[in-house]
Amino acid sequence: MKILVTVKEVAEIADDVEIEGTEIAESALQYDLNEWDDYAIEAAVQLAEAGDDVEVVTATIGPERSEETIRMALAKGADRAVRIWDEALEGEGLLDVRVRASLLAAVVEAESPDLVLTGVQSADDANAATGVALAEAVDYAWSAVVNDLELQEGGESVAVHRELEGGVEELADVSVPAVLTIQTGINEPRYASLRGIRQAQSKPMDVQNLAELGLEAADVAGALTTTDLYEPETESEAVRWEGDASETAGQLADLLRDVGVVEG
Amino acid sequence: MSDVLAVAEHRRGDLRDVSFEALTAGQRLADAAGGDLHVAVVGGDVEAFAEALNREGVDVVHTIPDGETANHDVAVEHLSALWPSLDADYLLAPHSVAGLDYLPALAQRLDVPLVTDAVDLTLDDGLVVTRERYGSKVETTVAVEGDAAAISIRDGEWPPAEGVGDAEIRTVEGDVDESAIRTTVTGHQEVAAGDVDISEADFVVSIGRGIEEEENLELIERLVEVTGATLAASRPVVDNEWLPKNRQVGQSGKTVTPDVYVAIGISGAVQHVAGMKGAETIVAINTDPDAPIFDVADYGIVGDLFDVVPALIEEFGGEAP
Repeated sequence: MKILVTVKEVAEIADDVEIEGTEIAESALQYDLNEWDDYAIEAAVQLAEAGDDVEVVTATIGPERSEETIRMALAKGADRAVRIWDEALEGEGLLDVRVRASLLAAVVEAESPDLVLTGVQSADDANAATGVALAEAVDYAWSAVVNDLELQEGGESVAVHRELEGGVEELADVSVPAVLTIQTGINEPRYASLRGIRQAQSKPMDVQNLAELGLEAADVAGALTTTDLYEPETESEAVRWEGDASETAGQLADLLRDVGVVEG
Repeated sequence: MSDVLAVAEHRRGDLRDVSFEALTAGQRLADAAGGDLHVAVVGGDVEAFAEALNREGVDVVHTIPDGETANHDVAVEHLSALWPSLDADYLLAPHSVAGLDYLPALAQRLDVPLVTDAVDLTLDDGLVVTRERYGSKVETTVAVEGDAAAISIRDGEWPPAEGVGDAEIRTVEGDVDESAIRTTVTGHQEVAAGDVDISEADFVVSIGRGIEEEENLELIERLVEVTGATLAASRPVVDNEWLPKNRQVGQSGKTVTPDVYVAIGISGAVQHVAGMKGAETIVAINTDPDAPIFDVADYGIVGDLFDVVPALIEEFGGEAP
């Protein structure tokens, strides 16, 4: 059995927002493994530990910088990695989910995994769409926002729980091969062990460009352009209590007594 | 002239509120584009749904009576067949867990660009979508090249459509081929109710990522003890299994409407706010003065919870652990 996990390196705004044109200034960004993908990696590694002969491969769209993040996934137990990059991806093509789906589809077609696990969304762009678009692109079954999964006897289907709104879960059977988008909380992602980190350095990382994936620059141009990027105006009308902790706590205590939710 | 197709959503026999918000977004877009608003509903009691969806400004409701419950394979098959029969350019759907389960596949199959979680739509030379990035820290506008797009809309951003329209009801006959169904919905279940129903509480103290470590929960538990509050939490605390799922406030958890809601160390992501904005009075305690929780708060304390909470415990005659 083979499991492909898509792993994204996400950009976070470190502290203050600094805007240059329609982008965040590079100096204001820090990079990390996407939180949702961390749970997807853990789900894959757990399946590998429970089964015989399960290979876990990661796929990442990202420049050389993202290798640090990919090594983290390898250190947590993935066996090898594919990294996709090409200078044609440096523009805004990746804003278009179809572009991400076609890049990852090329990897899925080459690897033919039984399961593809992705995070529900990425922390930076938060499209929450790539996994399901990918499933359609490669003609796999799929299920989105999965917070429990169990591979069925024989490996021909997966029983999943999908986390709906309002504390309700949908139960579904998904035929294999399938793409599942993994929700946070499905498991407890492990920390990489020192041994894992050491081993990750020697695990294979295959870098592929567009031509190697059988794609052309026109395939990754995308149809979306950022026309503006700004900090939303604060809508705060909150009364801010000033002073040290005992003063502000005193004001809150007075409020709670006035409203009558606390006595004393 | 461009028509708009808005897809309604239902769960366990009821239309979801965000369906009516999608109608409003659809009406406005159809007005700007000088086209008609079409609405589609797939599965369930489509006749009753069509009656409810026939609101002011809706021109056509397409009812697709295939299946009892919502199934993404059924939705994609039917809607991808319906789309080319219409003269529509824009496909709107709720940005919900159900929407996330079919819309990306549908957009991929129709080969139209998809923009998700829209908070505003404007039609200029082409469609421009406003959405957030970087965990709500910035907002962006995204221009869509070409005439067609699929958009998922964030709930609560458009008012629900009202009134009664005189829409034409068109029924799409026929079931999809069974080989296209690769995911089968087998049921639904409620998250275990547990020992407490936070949605009934008058006074809620809610804790978020700011608590940092499980051991620190003791501090909040002491506060709850001396004030008689009901303890709740935002998603990260529950994901870490520091508190059970029945304590979670937000989109995927419970909605609470207490007299007072004290959010401690909670940044105020939109998913959390969805579950607590109905509280009478909201107090936020957070170290980050720019945290979005202050946008919904009535009172705010910019400060460290590890200073403020012990002081609050002392106010009520207790002692911090």
